[in-house]
Amino acid sequence: MGAIITLGILGILILYVGLYKAKNALLPVTLLGLVVTLGFLVSDWQKEALPLYNGMVIFDHLALTFSILCVLVTGLILLLSKEYFNRISSNVAEYYSLIIFSLLGAILVNAYHNFAMLFIGIEIMSVALYILVGIRKNDLASNEASLKYFLMGAFSTGFLLFGIALMYGASGTFDLAALQTYVATGTDISPIFYAGILLVLCGLCFKVGVAPFHFWTPDVYDGAPILITAYMSTVVKIASFIGFLRLFSEVLVPLDSFWTPVLLTVIIITLFVGNISALMQSSFKRMMAYSSVSHAGYMLFAIVAIGATSASSILTYATAYALASIVAFTALILVKRKTGSDLFESFNGLAKRNPWLAAVVTVAMLSLAGIPLTAGFIGKFMMFNNVMGNYHVVLLVLAAINAAIGVYYYLRVVVSMYFKTENENAGSDLPIPTNYKIVLTLAALLTIIIGVYPDCLIGLL
Amino acid sequence: MDNLFILLAVPILTALLLFCLKDSTQAKRLALILSLVQLGLTIPFLTGFKPDASVQFEQNWTWISSLGLQFHIGLDGISLPMVILTNGLIPLIILSSFGKDFKGNFYGLIAFMQAGLLLVFVALDAFSFYVGWEIALIPIYFICALWGEGDRIAINMKFFVYTFFGSILMLVAIVYLYNQVPDRNLEWTSLVALNLSEVEQRWIFWAFFIAFAIKIPILPFHTWQPNTYTHAPSAGTMLLAGIMLKMGVYGLIRWLLPVTPFAVLAYSNIVMLLCLIGVVYASIIAFKQQDAKRLIAYSSIAHVGLISAGVVSWQGEGLQGAILQMVNHGLSVVGLFFIIDIIQRRAGSRQLADLGGLASSMPKLAIAFIIILMGAIGLPLTNGFIGEFLLLKAVFGYEPWYVVLGGLTLILGAVYMLRFYQKTMLGTPASAGTAYADVSGYELVVLSVLVFFTIYLGVFPNTILDLSEASVMNLLNQIKF
Repeated sequence: MGAIITLGILGILILYVGLYKAKNALLPVTLLGLVVTLGFLVSDWQKEALPLYNGMVIFDHLALTFSILCVLVTGLILLLSKEYFNRISSNVAEYYSLIIFSLLGAILVNAYHNFAMLFIGIEIMSVALYILVGIRKNDLASNEASLKYFLMGAFSTGFLLFGIALMYGASGTFDLAALQTYVATGTDISPIFYAGILLVLCGLCFKVGVAPFHFWTPDVYDGAPILITAYMSTVVKIASFIGFLRLFSEVLVPLDSFWTPVLLTVIIITLFVGNISALMQSSFKRMMAYSSVSHAGYMLFAIVAIGATSASSILTYATAYALASIVAFTALILVKRKTGSDLFESFNGLAKRNPWLAAVVTVAMLSLAGIPLTAGFIGKFMMFNNVMGNYHVVLLVLAAINAAIGVYYYLRVVVSMYFKTENENAGSDLPIPTNYKIVLTLAALLTIIIGVYPDCLIGLL
Repeated sequence: MDNLFILLAVPILTALLLFCLKDSTQAKRLALILSLVQLGLTIPFLTGFKPDASVQFEQNWTWISSLGLQFHIGLDGISLPMVILTNGLIPLIILSSFGKDFKGNFYGLIAFMQAGLLLVFVALDAFSFYVGWEIALIPIYFICALWGEGDRIAINMKFFVYTFFGSILMLVAIVYLYNQVPDRNLEWTSLVALNLSEVEQRWIFWAFFIAFAIKIPILPFHTWQPNTYTHAPSAGTMLLAGIMLKMGVYGLIRWLLPVTPFAVLAYSNIVMLLCLIGVVYASIIAFKQQDAKRLIAYSSIAHVGLISAGVVSWQGEGLQGAILQMVNHGLSVVGLFFIIDIIQRRAGSRQLADLGGLASSMPKLAIAFIIILMGAIGLPLTNGFIGEFLLLKAVFGYEPWYVVLGGLTLILGAVYMLRFYQKTMLGTPASAGTAYADVSGYELVVLSVLVFFTIYLGVFPNTILDLSEASVMNLLNQIKF
């Protein structure tokens, strides 16, 4: 809980730092705050997990692990932000502050123990993002993305709230523990409760961006500044999944015969829509957006086949995905600076000019495609294993087909970098700032380390 | 020095070292030296190997403890010939590329691929096997697409997606098997001990078989192969045909036969027919080829078709012949592709129409060529003879009249191979008055080694057969119904 307070204070503090025009202090203060948050989270590890604040939040191992992951990923993204935000906006302090608030929301979603907190967490997380997405005030695409995200987000929050209200109406409680006993003991579960489950499911599906609730993702990912896209596709996604996972694993497991067919349908649609749409993109950024849809589909495997290993599979998969996304988006920032476009073509000939950058991006793409010795493969293996444990063999075969489709569009990047040559204005190397180098190297190394020795990660949960 | 893990680690370290080298002369020398070191490290395994059925030089570590997955490697009589083949051919392949200027990354990729191939051949855990299977694919994709010719991007994309599709189906089957093992692991022994129902076996059979059949390739799954072979750089083609396709055959022997015996029995007729039709089909197409590299690519489909037929014949001779013939095929395709490469560099073309009469200016090449060619056709006293004889005997034992189809491989093979020889080496030179320098230096070394082993294995095939016999018999006895 120290983490929540620290982040809350940190967000306000940054605003003041910005107010007094101490621009150079912004990043160090933010990072320091994140380190303190991390310290609180790590020190909570040994303590016995009890619901805090009248059962509002609980920092059990699930919440702590994923909060730490979110904080670390945010830290990596902020490391990249040093001169990035200066380029696109004059109000730099607001950036940091909003990201920190959004992270605070993410941690609440990770740790909620009461439906009220789930709702508040998702709102804190999302409202900050609505602004961040539209922060390039003069950019039409950014404005469009922001409006779209806001409208869609408000809509989905509506679903979520309806669902929560119906579940409350049936059970008379917001508390997860009480709901758990209601579901576990009650033979006479009211039909309203089932309607509530469906609505909550819809709301959460919106948040994690799975089909058929994914329509906002490509436009929003495309319109938002690249770093914000990276933040959305990692931290926000991870937190939303944990919200999903906690609800289903702690409360709704006994009703799985009701929601499994729904979720299976959602997954199958998601895999095909995500992969086939990604196949058709000419923009790298939009490809990543659709690929995030399909990865969300893979991550739902852990929920449809909920069990003891669900949390550790999501951890592995989410970590692998986050690391690879950070590399991909960072590389996109760098090449976009030179070529000015998001298209695959802007990666052309990168291997000649920046062999190291090309190698790192290749590792990330192979990880996203799920090739062994990268973290992505371990994640995929664990997800497949989850589903197989429940004998959804057909789903697995469909997933395999989709994985083969996925390889095609991830390889397109590799093809551009290694096998195609730059058309014009070639010559100068792409300058890579030191902080980018650090983040990229770190992410690629971690991808391989987790791929070779996954016990270091799986053992945590 | 008989630590199997070192054998896997050396190529990876070699690869990392070579990636840092920019200078091409240094890179190729270092690559050759390190690959010879690797070959040297293989010798203790050959000398220390007891030719019985046991798995030797075993090493077993926990890899992912929470999933019960092991990193389990070891050698038996089936994997040892493959390991020797891999480590023996790679120095030759590296040496054969000395005439070109490749940077360190080229050799680094070869070394990296070597590690993947070796892991496939020594893995005793399906997870390790799958990891090796996939990581061998990445380097060869880069080799073929970076230094290839023609429409290399599209061709290799097809190659990659095609083979990846096969292997991901295999992954599904592996995950399924994992969930069948009571204490959740993927050890070879526990997979073999599984009591799978016949229906389960049938599904798993196809999942594995398609992965292997794409790699080998067996008839309907071969469409990626001719283009990929033809447009890859010579060294890449040698790696693909000489070693990589053996992964598929090895997989059939090591995993498919013992894990799904019922299904193999049920489908062996279909598979064998596919293989044998492939033999005839590919031979006929090979006969019509103008491009020498494409010709050998199709001949390779014909040869491995017979090898796979021997494997599914489910007899000692078939498996023994398959293992021997895998080694032989490795030697002969590497030799033939190298000869094509030499010709292409001298004459500037590898189209049969542009060539002819090369024997007059290159007598040494002509001699080496004819010997390697005889080995590929399967003439007595060359290595191919014993292998093909054993394979045909197994096919005969399976269903006598199938051998009519199988036997065509010898006849048709002789037809297209001799046509190939005649069009390049004999006759009148296509362009009058051109004389090319005969093979010398490194070319002579590579060809001499290949010629030596072509004859040596023709006279003493037991060098390989003795290694594998006990393990093959053990494998056949272990399969229970």
